[in-house]
Amino acid sequence: MTGFTPTPARPAPANTVGFVGWARENLFATKLDSLLTVLAITLILYVMKVVFGWAVIDASFSGSDRTACLKDVQGACWPFIEAKFGQFIYGRYPDAERWRVDLVFAAGLIGLVPMLMPNVGHKRANMIFLLGFYPVFAFIMLTGGVLGLAAVDTTDWGGLLVTLVVAVTGIVASLPLGILLALGRRSDLPIVRALCIGFIEIFRGVPLITVLFMASVMLPLFLPDGVNFDKLVRCLIGVALFSSAYMAEVVRGGLQAIPKGQYEAAAALGLSYWKTTRLIILPQALKLVIPGIVNTFIGLFKDTTLVLIVGLFDLLGIVQLHFTDASWATPETHITGYVFAGAVFWLFCFAMSRYSIFMENHLSTDRNGS
Amino acid sequence: MQAAVLGALLLAMVWLVANVQSNLERQNINSGFGFLSERAGFGINQTLIDYTEDSSFGRVLTVGLLNTLLVSVLGVFFATVLGFSLGVARLSSNWLINKTAMVYVEIFRNVPLLLQIMFWYFGVLRNLPTPRQAVSFGDAMFLSNRGIVVPAIEAGSGAGWYAAALAIGLAAFIWLRRRARLALADGTMMPIWRPLLMVTVASFGVAALLAGVPFSLDVPALKGFNFRGGITVIPEFVALLLALSLYTAAFIAEIVRAGIQSVSKGQREAAAALGLPDKTALSLVVIPQALRVIIPPLTSQYLNLTKNSSLAVAIAYPDIVSVFAGTTLTQVGQAVEIIFITMMIYLSLSLLTSYAMNRYNARIALVGQDA
Amino acid sequence: MSDPVIRINKMNKWFGNFHVLRDINLNVAAGEKIVICGPSGSGKSTLIRCINRLEAHQEGEIEVEGITLDGSLKNLEDIRSNVGMVFQQFNLFPHMTVLENCTLSPIWVQQKPKAEAEKLARELLARVRIPDQADKYPGQLSGGQQQRVAIARALCMNPRIMLFDEPTSALDPEMIKEVLDVMVELAEEGMTMLCVTHEMGFARQVADRVIFMDEGEIVEENAPEAFFSNPENERTQLFLSQVL
Ligand SMILES: Nc1ncnc2c1ncn2[C@@H]1O[C@H](COP(=O)(O)OP(=O)(O)OP(=O)(O)O)[C@@H](O)[C@H]1O
Ligand SMILES: [Mg+2]
Repeated sequence: MTGFTPTPARPAPANTVGFVGWARENLFATKLDSLLTVLAITLILYVMKVVFGWAVIDASFSGSDRTACLKDVQGACWPFIEAKFGQFIYGRYPDAERWRVDLVFAAGLIGLVPMLMPNVGHKRANMIFLLGFYPVFAFIMLTGGVLGLAAVDTTDWGGLLVTLVVAVTGIVASLPLGILLALGRRSDLPIVRALCIGFIEIFRGVPLITVLFMASVMLPLFLPDGVNFDKLVRCLIGVALFSSAYMAEVVRGGLQAIPKGQYEAAAALGLSYWKTTRLIILPQALKLVIPGIVNTFIGLFKDTTLVLIVGLFDLLGIVQLHFTDASWATPETHITGYVFAGAVFWLFCFAMSRYSIFMENHLSTDRNGS
Repeated sequence: MQAAVLGALLLAMVWLVANVQSNLERQNINSGFGFLSERAGFGINQTLIDYTEDSSFGRVLTVGLLNTLLVSVLGVFFATVLGFSLGVARLSSNWLINKTAMVYVEIFRNVPLLLQIMFWYFGVLRNLPTPRQAVSFGDAMFLSNRGIVVPAIEAGSGAGWYAAALAIGLAAFIWLRRRARLALADGTMMPIWRPLLMVTVASFGVAALLAGVPFSLDVPALKGFNFRGGITVIPEFVALLLALSLYTAAFIAEIVRAGIQSVSKGQREAAAALGLPDKTALSLVVIPQALRVIIPPLTSQYLNLTKNSSLAVAIAYPDIVSVFAGTTLTQVGQAVEIIFITMMIYLSLSLLTSYAMNRYNARIALVGQDA
Repeated sequence: MSDPVIRINKMNKWFGNFHVLRDINLNVAAGEKIVICGPSGSGKSTLIRCINRLEAHQEGEIEVEGITLDGSLKNLEDIRSNVGMVFQQFNLFPHMTVLENCTLSPIWVQQKPKAEAEKLARELLARVRIPDQADKYPGQLSGGQQQRVAIARALCMNPRIMLFDEPTSALDPEMIKEVLDVMVELAEEGMTMLCVTHEMGFARQVADRVIFMDEGEIVEENAPEAFFSNPENERTQLFLSQVL
């Protein structure tokens, strides 16, 4: 009887592996592919030339007013951003008090970063810090008026500060509200169910801008004489209600994906409705829909720009406001400002979407591992 | 418990209504919908139907709604074309094409739409030269900070013959396609394009013999500070349409990609093993299955686009929110009625669409599988 | 022995840098039934997928019915319509009825009139013993019924050669038999068959030759009696002691 000695593996033919093989397969597989590749390279080079020329070669980098940005071939007007940077971040928040905003930003980062890293422990304490301590701290620091801090009116807030305040409040409020609405929509109580369906469908059926109009012109009419909310607070309520309706639909998708057996098993263990929901159903359902939840957050973050239409100055609003500054009026000011604001928004949204992909992979390997 | 919820809700309603009434009285604002027939007194720079300052607020509502629908329908069209191309490019085996499409998608969907609208409007279109220095395309089309002016085609008497020729061509197309589809079910190929071309050329030839050329071109020309003649597309419209299409296309691309990817590799292999050429496999096996996955989220993108067109208010494109919930509201002050009407219009659009969507989904659900 | 209908000569295939098939030589005569077995990952699926070019090989030649498999599209079409294939996961088209699945290739590739294609499909569905399911959708059938539809669908092309890639391994035991019975019948009618399977009973009953693969090569090939009772190679023996 003979034994089996495998033939040693040979390397693949040279033109099928390495860079050449890769290029043959991915760039020049067919005649059409080669043509497309050449076209794409031309397009990419052209776009890069335009972008690079505008942002670097023809751009101005220093100067203290519009004269710096009036060359014959003028690219980006970066001195405008430099001069207005403080405004773009803090709005009209008094210079002497800006350290308070910085402190709030820093505390937020300190709370958030370990929360987002799945391998760092103490999630419970971290949660308490973020949802219990931090909002109170941020509120006191930003509005002031107590503990010897000078009061700063919300009308003086602006820029990235307002963007983040609106986005974070919206995010923090819309998740629990959305969960409640989703549970309500699946409730056995017909009135609760009808109310939740009505709320969700109405808010999902209309544009956010009409909700904001409602919050800014209609809400005051609904309140008794003399009672009035801050405009920022009114917008916050509008944004939170609006995104909670979208969140509810995302969460409902997760709830529907939980097999009936889970409810039956929980019932067999004698758990009540709320205990079943909190301990068995929600942890599984929310995990399933993390991508959807993050997408809703991203949508909400982009939607914060709409508050400029009702007269708040978020990042985009304050950039827009400073275009009216005559000492910086040049043909390139607008585009420079928009590119800057766009880059900031893009960074936040892109980071969120990448994080959701990371979490999805992390959770799916977790599942396979167990 | 339910009764308590209901009771609390009713009480809250009564309280709110009472507040509204006392507030309105104090501020001397009318209520009711009578204002709809009052004279508006302001102009609108893009109207699809006859409108003057003497028209009523009701007319303003109609003009705004039509403008909303115009930009939405065109936006849906362009976003679909671009989005499907990008989605297919995202699946290309050509690495460069694939990544180029990816970069586009990642940039455009992660920047707020409002910012993009303002970029195109304030950053690009309003920065174009004045009409006197307009960019000219063959002295017939002009691009300036007042928008795009294109020649208008004016039909004289006898144009009816051409309309008839067009109708004949269209009818022939529908008939030929029907015939071809019926024949295909039996596995025979029937030509469509060649007979269609012959019919169309012939009918237009007859129209030309009967009526000559009854068309004239109204070419725009610079008179003073602006153009006369032709058709002017206002920059607000261009900016809004551009931003809505580019933004929504990024989302559609992802939907298309996911839809096509949802058809398993095994399906394609099975089609190949049956000897179907790639094109046939695509149109008979891959696309019908992918469409089931694509259509529901696609519809919701269309709805989003329509709702997002309300951002028009930021650049004063005269859509429904801008002229009705904006200008009309400031003039009349009846916030409750006006916002109610505006929301109702959007809401009915959404509910109609989702009703149609549910019907469609029920019809195409795969038999024997949970859809 | 008549001229081989499949001729594989010193064929090598790589996935990237991974050498999956090494110097494969194999001739199959018309009407011959071949069973391929071997451990998971040994390249069995890859080998039979190369025969209808669902995978492209990089070195050596494959000739099917006298047509050489290269990049040419014309050759590809000819081969695909001569070779039927049945997959482990059935791969029926879920949006088409059973009948539409079966008539797809006759209508679209062979350009047969619809009525004729349907008549043929119904005959073949009767032959795989599911004449009553023609108007159902695949999702409404059991696994065994689906796999028999897949066989009928492949037979509708009127192929000269049939490839089976573990057609029964996604099925419950009682369904395995209904599929194997159909395959045995097909074999008795003289179809040329290449079959990756671990159903040793089936191999004994119909195979002319059994091929054992490991690490991308053909380790041993023999008539079934000799293969099972007296394997030549230690590797084969070890494998058989595990599966039998
Ligand atoms: N598309 C592919 N890309 C890269 N590697 C692949 C691919 N398909 C298969 N392989 C690898 O090639 C080897 C042989 O795969 P093949 O599917 O032919 O094995 P098999 O003998 O059919 O195994 P099984 O009994 O599990 O079906 C395996 O190691 C597999 O991981
Ligand atoms: Mg296999």
